[in-house]
Amino acid sequence: MEAARFARIRRAILSLPGEAVVVDHTRSGARSPETMAGDERELIDALLAGDEAVFASVVAMHQPGLVRVARAWVKDADSAREVVQATWLAALESFERFDGRSALRTWLFGILINIARSHTRAARRTVPLSALVADELTDATPIVDPERFFPRGHAWEGHWQAAPLPFPTPDAALERRELRALLEEAIAALPPLQQQIVVLFDIEGLTGPEICNVLGVSSTNQRVLLHRARSQLRAIIERHLGRSGDE
Amino acid sequence: MSEPELTCKEVVELVNDYLSAVMPAADRPRFADHLAECPGCSTYLEQMKTTIELTGQLREDELGDDIKRDLLEAFRRWKKSL
Repeated sequence: MEAARFARIRRAILSLPGEAVVVDHTRSGARSPETMAGDERELIDALLAGDEAVFASVVAMHQPGLVRVARAWVKDADSAREVVQATWLAALESFERFDGRSALRTWLFGILINIARSHTRAARRTVPLSALVADELTDATPIVDPERFFPRGHAWEGHWQAAPLPFPTPDAALERRELRALLEEAIAALPPLQQQIVVLFDIEGLTGPEICNVLGVSSTNQRVLLHRARSQLRAIIERHLGRSGDE
Repeated sequence: MSEPELTCKEVVELVNDYLSAVMPAADRPRFADHLAECPGCSTYLEQMKTTIELTGQLREDELGDDIKRDLLEAFRRWKKSL
């Protein structure tokens, strides 16, 4: 059974055309319809014409993501909401100048980050972006505890000593709620860039290039930081489920 | 000359490149060979996919009424100023 399963995995990986598995961003249902250029144009025309229903739907679509990203900059929920409120006002003021060269969401997140940054600057010291990037890249926290692998000199050096076990399927609603709360907390505890990258990529469904544009990081750094963030979250879920395989 | 086999420790470093579809084609056979034979690493890959999926499910679409009201007022003011 197992052998057949692994042969299937191997075939599946090798038979993929071009690149490997692409994370399916449509999986969580609601995604911005504005990823399609035509829809976006209509949306903008409706907003400029003063259509309140359209404005309400644009707000509903982006508010949660904007709040999440704001939280990477300002720690309490009230300040985050203030920053987001200021973002909408600034967006309205400059809306006529929105040229549609970037997607509306990229433009909104860009405004938000500028406001959040100056908010942070006013509250504390200035942290240049390059310093944030350097900080998070040089952080030496391993993505998997090195003790989980056989040590140097061992015949199985670098292979699992305490292999992970499959996550049990959380079936009860209570377990799911617990897991959500745990993830929310874990994301909030990530360093600011990793937090924003994981929010923008895995929750809000922005593309890699959009994220690089919004945050001003290179695509290599974006990838490395996403990798770190996801690995941290995996480890936290694993610890929570108490199935590290080394009992 | 064939490349040396990957260790599990190396595979976990490559998982995200694989999931983000940026793994160089040249690395894929070694990665696939390893996963095909290593239950630990294929479980790790599954866990990573589950993690990404669970994170994606955090997306909310609900909004407080007070926020909606404030923003609609701001929108009306903006409309008048046009």
